[in-house]
This record gives sequence, structure tokens and C-alpha cells, in this order.
Amino acid sequence: MDLDPIALARIQFAFTVSFHIIFPAFTIGLASYLAVLEGLWLATRRQVFLTLYKFWLPVFAVAFAMGVVSGLVMSYQFGTNWGPFAEMTAPVLGPLLAYEVLTAFFLEAGFLGVMLFGMGRVGEKLHFTATALVAIGTLISAFWILSANSWMQTPAAFHIDADGRFAPDSWIGVIFNPSFPYRFAHMTMAAYLATAFLVGAAGAWRLLKDKTSAPGKVMFAMAALMAMTAAPLQLVIGDLHGLNTQEHQPAKLAAMEGHFETREGAPFYVVGWPDQEAGEMQAAIAIPKLGSLILHHSLNAEVTGLDSIAQEDWPNVPFVFWSFRVMVGLGMLMILYGLCALVLGLRKKLFEARWLQGWAVAMAPSGLIAILAGWFVTEAGRQPYVVYGLMRTDEAASPIGAPGVAGSLLAFVVVYLTVFVAGAFYMIRLAVRDPEGVTGKRELKKGPIRSAGVEPGPAQKGGEQGGAG
Amino acid sequence: MAFDLPTIWAVLICVALTAYVVLDGFDLGIGVLFWFGKDRKERDTMMNTVAPVWDGNETWLILGGGGLFAAFPLAYSVLLTAFYAPLIAMLLALVLRGVAFEFRFRTERWKPYWSAAFFGGSTVAAFCQGVMVGAFVQGVEVQDGVYAGGWFDWLTPFTLVTGLALVAGYALLGAGWLVIKTSGDIHARMAKLRIPLGIAAIVLLGGVSLGTLYQDADIAARWFGGGFYILLWAIPALTGLAAIGWLATAWRGMEVTPFLCSLVMFALAMAGLAASLYPNLIPPDISYREAANADGSLAFMLVGALVLLPVILGYTAYAYWIFRGKVDPEHGYH
Repeated sequence: MDLDPIALARIQFAFTVSFHIIFPAFTIGLASYLAVLEGLWLATRRQVFLTLYKFWLPVFAVAFAMGVVSGLVMSYQFGTNWGPFAEMTAPVLGPLLAYEVLTAFFLEAGFLGVMLFGMGRVGEKLHFTATALVAIGTLISAFWILSANSWMQTPAAFHIDADGRFAPDSWIGVIFNPSFPYRFAHMTMAAYLATAFLVGAAGAWRLLKDKTSAPGKVMFAMAALMAMTAAPLQLVIGDLHGLNTQEHQPAKLAAMEGHFETREGAPFYVVGWPDQEAGEMQAAIAIPKLGSLILHHSLNAEVTGLDSIAQEDWPNVPFVFWSFRVMVGLGMLMILYGLCALVLGLRKKLFEARWLQGWAVAMAPSGLIAILAGWFVTEAGRQPYVVYGLMRTDEAASPIGAPGVAGSLLAFVVVYLTVFVAGAFYMIRLAVRDPEGVTGKRELKKGPIRSAGVEPGPAQKGGEQGGAG
Repeated sequence: MAFDLPTIWAVLICVALTAYVVLDGFDLGIGVLFWFGKDRKERDTMMNTVAPVWDGNETWLILGGGGLFAAFPLAYSVLLTAFYAPLIAMLLALVLRGVAFEFRFRTERWKPYWSAAFFGGSTVAAFCQGVMVGAFVQGVEVQDGVYAGGWFDWLTPFTLVTGLALVAGYALLGAGWLVIKTSGDIHARMAKLRIPLGIAAIVLLGGVSLGTLYQDADIAARWFGGGFYILLWAIPALTGLAAIGWLATAWRGMEVTPFLCSLVMFALAMAGLAASLYPNLIPPDISYREAANADGSLAFMLVGALVLLPVILGYTAYAYWIFRGKVDPEHGYH
């Protein structure tokens, strides 16, 4: 079999960036959650908030470390595998990434040590400041990297300079390119929602073990509140983001909807198999006219299909179509979950419905899966371009032969899977502990130098048994 | 030698790389020395001396990569492609040793494996960095702005020596750091160990310096050409003084001074490298000006860098200050 080096390089990039995005998404949400918990502890002095802060801190440390090391890989991979892309886009994207490092990464890294190990070494307020700065750092980082990604989706405020590179005309125009505000809102909200469902699952797990657990109730209720409010809000933001895509990236939107033909009163395909070769939707369950209603807010409006675009410029339609359905389907499940929690909450039975707790545990990875599916939609939907409409992906790759890329891809897969399995295992084991059991003497004997003692030995096993039950 | 935007950025990238080498140098060095930790408790202590700061140290490497992309995209694209294998190996090694900081403390059964990952990852990362420095000095083949050399051009006896030199050098920095941050057995062992490590590092560094002269006739001509360049001899002269200072103070069992001397040696080695290669960023003949990004982009970043770098140095220094003093093996940082 002849391996295509560009296809391999794309698989490598997709694999490494998919692995990476899980951890920043989780740490964006968790850093803000920790800042809220510590703020609530300082404001109310209710022990449960401090208990929960200490409970989530080691999980945050593991997730953050995995995000840092996989992010380092990303900062070099443009150069190793996508040299021509790097050279063409450097005048525009270089400064955005440089600002991400200068304004976000150093801030996070500088105060992370204080946040993880500084309790007891610095004052309470200063410690809270460190937590808040780390949380702000994660958001600043998201701001810059999403700006850079959005520019690749909807390039703006540039000209082609004498060297054939994209050169910026206005930094405001570059940074706040047309899709950026929507993407930033959508991704930040997604990170918060994904974290809420992970926290909610940990709370539900605790409640299933012990109905009276106060930290379990607090986590479960806070997560339910997020599901009630943020999940419907995300639907609205997503809709606006979709309308923006319709305006700027019609091929992507048509692939998301599975619309091959341009027509008035277009249906909405709930499911179906988009046949890329034949250019038609097969085995579809369709709701008439709903497509026009969603996209133009009018029953008989004309919807642009892929037939208006040359076939060589189409993305992989089935992949985009199905990734979109996974994302939206999970979003709908989250909204439904929020509604159920709302009804139960109004009847004062939020903590009694065991089925809701079971559902919450099952929903634990839902947000992270939805984030991955969403990124599949937006990145695969931009193909065959790396810079939409301007630079094709196959013109962007470095001249590295297939055996070289295959070798590095194999190495990435082996190392990342090892690290992922171990990291996920440790995080889950930390998340199923009893928060109250671990803030006592036992917790103090654990971890690096996060708190008093440094003898992780026997205490570790105790924690494990206590947690997993 | 106009002081234009590319020149300023070339200086800034050199500063970032020097900051990386001295800061991550000692914490990679601790990984290299992990082998010499007698038991789990000692290894815990060794790791704890850098646990609060390693992440910040590694951020300088992200700045190195991101900054090279932003300031000198041609060099970023050509050099990283040329050093593909050692670069990917370094990144994966850093992944393994980075997660080991957390994973080691999260398991008992697998602790020895993560200790091995920390040792192996740190050592491989240091070695690959050294190999890449050597390959960089050696020069890479470029045609039409694209890397045109082979897959294993980076692999020569010279680059293997630079790889070893950096491992030894980082281990020296690590030992110096551990002498400052620990007490008892491990302190005494590291104080002894740093002497042979330092001598090895100095010998290898000297060998690499001599080897550099033979990589390119222009480099030799610069150092032995006389005239204005005679001033450059200040760099090896000062390096020699720092080496003597290091030996004298380490021999007497001092803690902080030898460590500072070894940092100075590293910084001077970087300066010597820059002096040899100037103005080439893709040796042997593409200058940093040819590799530079558009002036508008360099100017936009410079505003941020000038404001933010002092702030970053400020809070980084503060973080080190918070975690100052020796690590107590019984009570960690508390």
C-alpha cells in the first residue's frame, strides 16, 4: 500500500490536536470552577467549598500537566510538518501565537505553582489571586488561539505581500475576524459545559454512594444549574455561529446540513447517509421545510447546496454531517438533562431521583465528546483548504517522506495512548474519592508537596480503597 | 550592523533560548540525575525541588518555538523539518517526563515506571537538544527555501558529542540546584557528584567549541582573523574564568556560587555560539534578516514583548522566591 505523506501528516496533526484539546477544554472550565469555589470559601467560610477545592486541585494538576506537554508538541508541529503553511501565514498568525505565550502561558505557569503548592505558604487572598490568574490565563489563551484558528476559517484584513505571504492590514481586523466572536463564545461555553458535566458526574457518583454527602450535593446542584442555563444558551450561540458559517463558509454549512442541491423550502435531515460521489442524500429521515426555517428563519427560503460549489472544493460530507449530528445530539441531551433537573429542583427532589444521578454519571464524557465532534465539524468542514478559500491543505505540507511521517505518527500514538490511559485512570480515581474522606489526615499525606506531608506511600492505597469502595 | 527589527528579535530569541537552557537545564538535569536517587523518598525530594517551577521553565521552550515561528518563519520551517527525528523524539521525551511529575505521585504500583520515564524522558530530551545544537552548527542544506538535505544529516560524530555535552551540562546544573535545595545524604552525594560532572561538562564543552571551528571555514576565520574580532576572545576568556570560579567554589563545598558560575558558563556558551554563527540563522549561509517575518508583524509583537517580558520575569522571580529555601524531605514545602 502506498502511503500518502500528506494524508499521514494530516492524521498526525488531527490526532495530536484532538488529544491536546481535551485537556485545555477541561482546565479552562476547571480553573474557573476552582476560582469560584475558593471565592465562595473566602466569602462564606463554609467548609464544603474548601473541601471541594482541595478535592479538585489534584485532578486539575494532572489535566494541566497533560495539556502543557501536548501543547508544547503543537507549537512545533507547524514547523515540522507544515512548513509552507507556517511561512505563508507567519505575518498574520505568528504574532497571535506569540501573544498567547506572552500573555497566557507564562501567567498560567507562573501562578500554577503557587496555586498547587502555595496554600499555607502565601496568604489566603494571595492564593485566591493565584487561582484567579490561572483561570484568567486559560481564557486569554483561548482568546488568542481561537482568534488564530478563526482567521484560518474566515481570513480578513490582509493582503498578499511581495514575498507571497499573507500580510496584515489591521490587527483589530485580523484578531476580530468575522467568525472569531462566535467561535470564542461557543468554545468557552463548551469548556464550561463539559466541565460541569464532569463535576456533576462526580457529584452524582458520590450521592449514589452516600445520599447525605454535602460535597456531593453541592457538586451535583452546581452542575445542574449549569445544565439548566448554559446548555440552552449554548444552543443559541451555536445557532448564531451556524448563521455566521452560512455567510462565510457555505460549503461547510451545506455539508453540516447534508444539502447537496440548492432549493427553496429545503428539508432538515435528522439522519441519513450523504453520498459524496453521487452528490445526493440517501436513506434520509427528513422534516420538510425545517432546513429553510433553521437557516433563514422562513419556511420557503432558498438554501444554497453543494451543487453551487465545484466538487473538488467540497469537504468530506459524511464526516462533517455525522460529526455535527453527534455534537448537536449530545447538546440536546444536555438540555433535556437540565430540564429534568429543573423540574425535580422545583419540586425539591433534586437529590432524591436516583435515575437522574445515574444519568449524570453516564453523561460524564458527553461535553468532551461534543467538543471533539464540534472541532471535527469545523476543521474537516474547512477542507480542502487550510486557510479557507486561499491555501489548500496539500500545498501546506513540508517535504517529509511517508516513512518519516509514519514513524513519527506511530510514536505519537504509542506514547499518547499510554499517557492518556494512565492520566484518565488517575483522574477518574481521584474524582471518585470521598471528598470528605480525603481532606482529613489522609489527604494531607498525599501528593507532591501540595499540602503538609510528603509520604504518598500507604495513604495512596487507603485513598484508593476508600474512593472506589 | 543596523539595529533594526530583525536584529532586535534575533537578540530576543537568543535571550529566550538562553533563559530556557539555564532554567529548564537544571530541571532536566534533575531528571538525568534521578538514577542517583537512593530510594523513593530521595527521588520524591529531588522532584519536589522543581515541582512548583518546572512548568514555567518549560514555557520558555514554547516561547522559543512560537517566537521562532513568529519572528523567523523561514528558519522555523526549514530547521524543524531538517531536525525532524530528534525534534519529535525530544517532544515525546518531554511529554513522558512532564506527566511523570504528576503521575509519580498518583500511583504506588507504577511509581518505578514513571520514575524511569522521568529519568529516560529527561535524558533523551537533553541529548536530542544537544544533537540539534550540533546539527544547527553543522549547517543544513536548503534549496528554494525548502530543506533539501537527507533524513539523517543531523546524525554525525560531532552531533553525538554535542548531545553528550548537553546531558553532562544539564546534569551539572541539576546537581548544583540539588545542592542548594536539599540537605542530608542527597545533599552530600550531589556535592560530591558535581565535581566529576562539571569536569566532564567542561571537557565536552571545550571539545564542542574546538569542533565548531572545524565545521565551517568562515567560523574559524572569524575567530582567528584578528582585527575587530579579537574582542570576541573575551567570551572564551570569561568562560574560562567562570570554570575556574566554579571549580574553586565547588571544591570548597559552597552552595550558591558554584551554581551561579555554571549558569554563567552556559550563558557564555550560548554567546559564543551566537558570535560564531552571526549573522546566519540557517547555517551555513541564510541570515536572520533573510529569514525574518514582515516588519509590521515584528513591530506589533515587539510592543507586547517589551511590556510583558519584564512583567513575566517579575512574577517568575516572585514564584521562585515563594518556594525559596531547602525542601524538607519530611514536610515538603510546609
